[in-house]
Amino acid sequence: MSNFHIQETPEVFDVIIVGSGAGGGMAAYQLSKAGAKVCLLEAGGYYDPADPKYITQLKFPWESPRRGASTTRPFGDFDAAWGGWQLEGEPYSAAPGTEFHWFRSRMLGGRTNHWGRISLRFGPDDFRRGTLTGIGDDWPITYDDVAPYYDKVDKLIGIFGSKEGLRNEPDGHFLPAPKPRLHELMLKKAGKNLGIPVIPSRLSILTKKINDERGQCFYCSQCGRACQVYADFSSSSCLCKPAVKTGNTRLINGAMVREVLTDQKTGLCTGVSYVDTATLQERTVRGKIVVLAASSCESARLLLNSKSARFPNGLANSSGVIGKYLNDSTGASRSAFIPALMNRKRYNEDGVGGMHVYTPWWLDNKKLDFPRGYHIEYGGGMGMPMYGYGMGIHGMNGKYAYTDGKSLPSGGYGSRLKEDARRFYGAYVGMAGRGEPIPLESNYCEIDPNNVDKYGIPTLRFHYKWSENEVKQAQHMQDTFEEMIHEMGGIALGNKPGKEQNYGLEAPGKIIHEIGTVRMGSDPKKSALNSFMQGHDVKNLFVVDAAPFVTQGDKNVTWTILAMSMRTSDYIIDQVKQKNL
Amino acid sequence: MKRRDTLKSIALGSLGMATVPSTDLVAAPPEKPLPIPGGRQKSEAIRDAKLMAEKFFTPHELKTITVLCDIILPADQKSGSASQAGVPAFIEFMAKDQPVHQTPLRGGLAWLDSESRKRFNKKFVELTKPQQIEIVDDIAYPEQAKPQYSQGVAFFNKMRDMTLTGFYTTRMGFDDLGYVGNTPNNWEGVPEEVLKQYGLSYE
Repeated sequence: MSNFHIQETPEVFDVIIVGSGAGGGMAAYQLSKAGAKVCLLEAGGYYDPADPKYITQLKFPWESPRRGASTTRPFGDFDAAWGGWQLEGEPYSAAPGTEFHWFRSRMLGGRTNHWGRISLRFGPDDFRRGTLTGIGDDWPITYDDVAPYYDKVDKLIGIFGSKEGLRNEPDGHFLPAPKPRLHELMLKKAGKNLGIPVIPSRLSILTKKINDERGQCFYCSQCGRACQVYADFSSSSCLCKPAVKTGNTRLINGAMVREVLTDQKTGLCTGVSYVDTATLQERTVRGKIVVLAASSCESARLLLNSKSARFPNGLANSSGVIGKYLNDSTGASRSAFIPALMNRKRYNEDGVGGMHVYTPWWLDNKKLDFPRGYHIEYGGGMGMPMYGYGMGIHGMNGKYAYTDGKSLPSGGYGSRLKEDARRFYGAYVGMAGRGEPIPLESNYCEIDPNNVDKYGIPTLRFHYKWSENEVKQAQHMQDTFEEMIHEMGGIALGNKPGKEQNYGLEAPGKIIHEIGTVRMGSDPKKSALNSFMQGHDVKNLFVVDAAPFVTQGDKNVTWTILAMSMRTSDYIIDQVKQKNL
Repeated sequence: MKRRDTLKSIALGSLGMATVPSTDLVAAPPEKPLPIPGGRQKSEAIRDAKLMAEKFFTPHELKTITVLCDIILPADQKSGSASQAGVPAFIEFMAKDQPVHQTPLRGGLAWLDSESRKRFNKKFVELTKPQQIEIVDDIAYPEQAKPQYSQGVAFFNKMRDMTLTGFYTTRMGFDDLGYVGNTPNNWEGVPEEVLKQYGLSYE
């Protein structure tokens, strides 16, 4: 019965990397360029946004029978992410009275295929909030340790932005930023009047060509669909494929890792075991170094599931900290109708994917009743109509007179509805706050004692509740949104969410910025990893996704994942040269 | 019957298994591999193909939907009608794709026929245009409708939503709207005359 035989790859790799998202892709790229023999394991399938088999970019809504509705993909039919908050056969749970929503993308490049490309560096303060405010913890490293790597990532991957000289929003090596669209100019003007900065966004999109492998942005605004000329950053396009091209990285798709294997005598990792998702065969692959980049919660799950006599609490977990301090960005939003934009002139304003301007955190928390800041992301414009376009018109069309000055009762039917669809088109703006939470020990994931996934791998159970700090931050966001809307001459839509709705604060996990579950720190009693994201207990184990991060700032951590993964890769190269690994 | 299947059938027959109905001996035609449209995952393609092979609305219901859609968005000087843009088929698909729509739509159509029978002793599609409009006028204006028509109002709101979305996500809808994006472009900022119109500038 060969089915029950565990197949072992005879080769011993220098490095095994689990996960091909931002962290794993960067490690594979950096290590294979340095000559290491790398095995890159990805639980999902192969993906290439330049292959017609996978392309959704530039498709029209009528190419989807549901016109792009989100029935099977949470962000709609054309979104590049495979997966979502629920995966068939891969459940998770939450303890009663708590809530966490876990978004997973099973595909080469992981969630980097559809993300917003918002690429914000942390500032100096973001690494030492504990010291600065007396709440929360500092990182074991400072901005100066990471800055050189942010610089390298800027140049390697490409980012646009503008030099602003803001102390805690450090400037990078920026390509030219696209000019604001009409509604963004209005936002900028409103912000100026209110003393709220509205500056060019910082997105990893190539407004200029940077090498021969990747093209230049052609302004279709569809980065969420992943770019067929690789003008946006996806780990699959920009890191994994070049890593494989070196000849030093072997990519294995459909490899759902079950556990990290260790030598009970030395206490070192020897490889990983995984399930081949196509054949359900058990396989092992051997390596001298194991690098986890499976995403914060998946990496924590893997370590907690890698139990042995020597590591009864899971691997690298003598501190017991793994799973704890799970935290997602806060998020709240509001949208508005801008009467001045009715009946606007048509032209192509698709622009880059997402916003051309944003508001970095601009206030001093010492003068506020919540300890951490947020940034504001803006949406709007004459976007492509998709499923949902025109819905709810009866809430609008009776309130505003037609061009001939006449008003008609709300709702109705006939040619007037076509005029409504035309006159309200492109006359809305949306704003969303993304804020820094305080990581709490009491927010955590653990192995669910009662459940396994379809591969027989024990699943996660979450415990997560927002604290008053995050709720008050959301309240402040809502007040700011209304100020901005009012200043623009807009009309806020819907009711302002109040205390009973936590001021519109999104449920944990909904912003898909979760971090913190395999904490780094200088004290092995309180952290699992050292300042190079190397196991305190297991020196040939590294974690290079966002699990090691102590905090997330309000900065959408992808750029920091890339910088930190590059930094750890350089450290691994150095330690191997020094024969410490 | 393919030659291989014929041979198989003869072979089995020669073993004295003639009691087996011969149709069972014919192998099912090999399933045509499902074409997977670009950008879809296999599981999605299978699901879509299955939904498209199913029928939800009866011919009568679809006919009623078509009449309603064209009252909501008729052809005019600017563009065609909802049914010309394929809206009824879109609504049929959405009812299967998101079953949450099924009862409100089917029930709403039944409500409409019931109301038609009460007033005119006929189904909605059999009414004259003025009769149809008389009923529609009672349910098309949420703020003015009498309380006894509230369910009809909710149904008509849903029909209006589905019809608008179905229409404006087609080429006909794009042309009506004047949407000119979704094509390679070079963004150089808001056109000068638009900046002037709004009193804005890049300075």
